[in-house]
Amino acid sequence: MAAREYDVAVVGGGLVGAATAWGLAREGCRVALLDEGDRAVRASRGNFALVWVQSKGLGLAPYAGWTIRSSDAWAGFAAILKDETGLDVCFQRPGGFHLALSEKELEARAEVLKRLHNQPGIVDYKTEILDHSQVARMLPDIGPEVVGASYCPLDGHVNSLRLFRTLHQAIHARGVDYLPSHRVDDIQREGGVFRLLTPQGEVRAGRVALAAGNANMRLAPMVGLEAPMKPERGQIVVTERLRPFLNYPVVTLRQTDEGTVMIGDSKEEGTDPARITLGVAATEAERAVRQFPLLANVNVVRTWSAIRVMTQDGFPIYDESETHPGAFVLCCHSGVTLAANHALTVAPMIARGALDKALVAPFSARRFHVQEAA
Amino acid sequence: MFKRLHDTATVTITVDGQPVRARIGDTVAAALLAAGIDHCRTTPVTGAPRAPYCLMGVCFDCLVTIDGVGNRQGCLVPVREGMAVATQIGKREAGR
Repeated sequence: MAAREYDVAVVGGGLVGAATAWGLAREGCRVALLDEGDRAVRASRGNFALVWVQSKGLGLAPYAGWTIRSSDAWAGFAAILKDETGLDVCFQRPGGFHLALSEKELEARAEVLKRLHNQPGIVDYKTEILDHSQVARMLPDIGPEVVGASYCPLDGHVNSLRLFRTLHQAIHARGVDYLPSHRVDDIQREGGVFRLLTPQGEVRAGRVALAAGNANMRLAPMVGLEAPMKPERGQIVVTERLRPFLNYPVVTLRQTDEGTVMIGDSKEEGTDPARITLGVAATEAERAVRQFPLLANVNVVRTWSAIRVMTQDGFPIYDESETHPGAFVLCCHSGVTLAANHALTVAPMIARGALDKALVAPFSARRFHVQEAA
Repeated sequence: MFKRLHDTATVTITVDGQPVRARIGDTVAAALLAAGIDHCRTTPVTGAPRAPYCLMGVCFDCLVTIDGVGNRQGCLVPVREGMAVATQIGKREAGR
């Protein structure tokens, strides 16, 4: 079988890979999107769908600016996708809440935000601490145990499954070759061309962009890069469809455009996505009922667990290879929030052949090597 | 559409405020079908009418509001004297 040749091979068919492939196709590149088969760990099918700003950047101030850039670009990104596909990903940005169920939780929340905003070079994203009555004006159904909240006007959410479908429809329409069951076993570079070896044969490309989530840990060393990851399991509880009662997303709870309430935000170490631990799901549900007592007799229709893509320090990695020019790696937890950046900012950099250091230098994996980074 | 095989003791429930006679031991779904009621809910997304279908707790097409609690599966709840059944219109209201 003759090898297929492309300008760029994107590895990973989830939200990060699909957004990047779409952005590359918009730049006029011939793109192949290599995906695994049905048994792959699909973080993009299990996420919580927030486009979230508040709390991002504690410990790495440029991450706040990077997140806000994507959050600001999201409405335009959604509009272009709608224009190209006719599909609405239901992006809404009413601002979002982080609710506190005790004074202690509220103080801890205020302290985190203070430390975050005290960092040099931080972009102020206008998060406020509100008391119970201020929160109740915007979220009338909160329970008496909610003592207050932080509110950030930049937060929002989408229908992330529809985003996933829309991106795949958009890349198809732009002529990207989606190649399922193409798990990459090895990547070799010969005469300036990357050869991606898969069970379905070889794919050749002038550039390669690794966007395979936690699997980047395995792939990055093939092209002289690194992606230290620390996968985390999260569990989500989903209710029956309800009439709209919640006009703002809460970091642990949101009502989707179709009426279901998603309850989530648990974090456990572990990489078995098939495992549901009832204790965790029950704790999530119990806190949700304390936040919104009207949920007490609502039926749960689904629970699932999924693996979060997470780097070892929780911040994104964008890097290009020194030993294998033309090879790039993209890792991040927030494939939904940062989708607009990946499509509209990072993809054009890869199309030009070099990352824009002014924007993404802080996200190099060199930070994991203290001496080198210094 | 459906006819009773035997007449047995009955109870009276209300459906959207109208009295309906049901047989003791009927499920709500069976009582609605026997009374010739052609739909018990409308769907949350398109508003299409739906009637009880599988009658064994699987399909969720027989959702109704019973005594003020929405999205109950009519095929799993036995009738009781005085029970108030209401058509489930679209999405359930939280807290009801």
